[in-house]
Amino acid sequence: MTPLLQVHDLVKHYAAAGLFHGAAPPVRAVDGVSFEVGRGETLALVGESGCGKSSVGRTILRLQEPTSGQALFEGTDVFSLDRTALRRLRRRMQIIFQDPYSSLNPRMTIGAAVAEGIEIHRLAAGAEIGRRVAALLEEVGLDPAYARRYPHEFSGGQRQRIGIARALAVEPAFIVCDEPVSALDVSVQAQVLNLLADLQRDRGLSYLFIAHDLAVVRQIARRVAVMYLGRIVEAGPTEDLLSAPRHPYTVALLSAVPEPDPVHRRTRIVLRGDLPSPSNPPPGCPFHTRCFHPARNERCLTELPVLRPVGATSAACHYAESTPLPTAVELGEA
Amino acid sequence: MTRVLDVCDLRVSFPTADGSRLHPVDGVSFSLDRGETLALVGESGCGKSLTSLALLRLVPPPGRVDPGSGIRLGDTDVLALEGEALRRIRGRRIGMIFQDPMTSLNPVFTVGAQIAEGVRAHFPVSKSEARERALRLLQEVGIPDPSARLDAYPHQLSGGMRQRVMIAIALAAEPDILVADEPTTALDVTVQAQILEVLDQLRRSRGMAVLLITHDLGIVAGRADRVAVMYAGQIVEEAATPDLFARPSHPYTQGLFASVPRITGPVRRLTPIRGTVPPPVAWPAGCRFRPRCPQAFEQCELPPGLRPVGSGHSMRCWLAEESS
Repeated sequence: MTPLLQVHDLVKHYAAAGLFHGAAPPVRAVDGVSFEVGRGETLALVGESGCGKSSVGRTILRLQEPTSGQALFEGTDVFSLDRTALRRLRRRMQIIFQDPYSSLNPRMTIGAAVAEGIEIHRLAAGAEIGRRVAALLEEVGLDPAYARRYPHEFSGGQRQRIGIARALAVEPAFIVCDEPVSALDVSVQAQVLNLLADLQRDRGLSYLFIAHDLAVVRQIARRVAVMYLGRIVEAGPTEDLLSAPRHPYTVALLSAVPEPDPVHRRTRIVLRGDLPSPSNPPPGCPFHTRCFHPARNERCLTELPVLRPVGATSAACHYAESTPLPTAVELGEA
Repeated sequence: MTRVLDVCDLRVSFPTADGSRLHPVDGVSFSLDRGETLALVGESGCGKSLTSLALLRLVPPPGRVDPGSGIRLGDTDVLALEGEALRRIRGRRIGMIFQDPMTSLNPVFTVGAQIAEGVRAHFPVSKSEARERALRLLQEVGIPDPSARLDAYPHQLSGGMRQRVMIAIALAAEPDILVADEPTTALDVTVQAQILEVLDQLRRSRGMAVLLITHDLGIVAGRADRVAVMYAGQIVEEAATPDLFARPSHPYTQGLFASVPRITGPVRRLTPIRGTVPPPVAWPAGCRFRPRCPQAFEQCELPPGLRPVGSGHSMRCWLAEESS
């Protein structure tokens, strides 16, 4: 069976206007990213701010136009669709955001917001719309009576549930979840993660789950792709990637996760320096300016490593075969 | 151990439209020794940030610190201070850093000028000596190429570097206590690790006490000596860090732990706390966690006090009676 979504060599560059000196080099937000998402599956896209993970999600939905590349959704080439066809496709592909408040119209009741998609796509008419809205609110754990209330009357967790109900209203097969729990308190975050898991089970949904938190990712996704400076540097089954990371950036990211356990302390790798600018990425391996791999050498400065299978995952590092695990790594200088 | 801070029965209140007062901080007591890190942990609205603002008498009006509250910095009664004396406490005795360094830095002055200003506000030194100290501070907080960064403007620095600058400004006054209010929440995890490392080094090298205010139990695990968990304006559990993590006793603390996804061990369905944190107007009588507590019983309609459940370990729960 073909995957629900196939993304091939996706590139998204943003033209950057220089302030004083004309055109600046483009920001290479996404620089050749390929992956697949199966039916009923969650793929997590993980990375730090500026790695391009959100741009990937938005480009696939054509909320932003790609620079080049291909995305096949249920066999349809998303990037070649005209507006009418795109609107039909949006019924199948939805997105939920980190801050649902900014995507809700403050003057529209919750009921009207959830009903909007149903009306646009003519999925129901008359009293049936109200019944569907009530059922959706109930499905995401909200009182159907809330339909008459306005967004400001709700807490962050409730608003995220409203955002999810809105996305579900058009009966999608695929949802881009862009940091959906990052702004929530831990007790509420757990509620929303459980809800997303239940909805996936009940509706057979596929998720592209964009996040920066590896512990959250482990909770929700069986497969994960780690991004750094617009590229996937490592991808594979979550448990394999977390137990035996092959790319030094994954090792560093993993070691930085604050685990609530003071007894089993892991070695911390404190990466030196800052993330390089995506408008001027380093030549060769994009990670070489911060790399602590003992085998790193001149080759890393000039030759871009390609993503290739190494053990149970794929990694884009020339020396992925010999990447030491967090426990064995010497601390990089802070 | 030298006691540097004593907070006793701190209450912060705000007037309401009907003339009564709400207490978002309601009877908080804790102390801090030299060189110690105490973490104040809780979710949004628990009163942890307001508690830290009260230490510096920075509660925004019409809020106030209620009579009967006690804040002592060594021999100094902070609540009795006015004017110049109060200003000397701020920064010099207690330094503070916040979640978002960009809003606390002045965009039109160089980093070096802002640190030097901090130095000269507290010590009678020449301009060149202040700049010299600013350079040393940038070095101390681990900014690469510090002499070049001295002349950089805030917007030219990354989020992590800006937070280091904020720490340098706080250190300029050589405070006994550093209050760090969610210092790494806006930063990426690898940068967060860098900043926490810097704070830890400074605590050790300067013997500074740190009050770390955070919502993240993960950060606490590696960094704090003691933890106080706050819920609805009160400390509900306090213990040495290893003890709290080994034996979380208050049902709220237990609920927090069960809500956090883990990076190791088996992946299980999370067990969230039911409901949401209520705002101060909706705090119930008796135990404030009662409506969300899976173990609530009749006695919980009366307010529980903080009771010991072990050595240096206490909680605000009627179950403490049964366990002891």
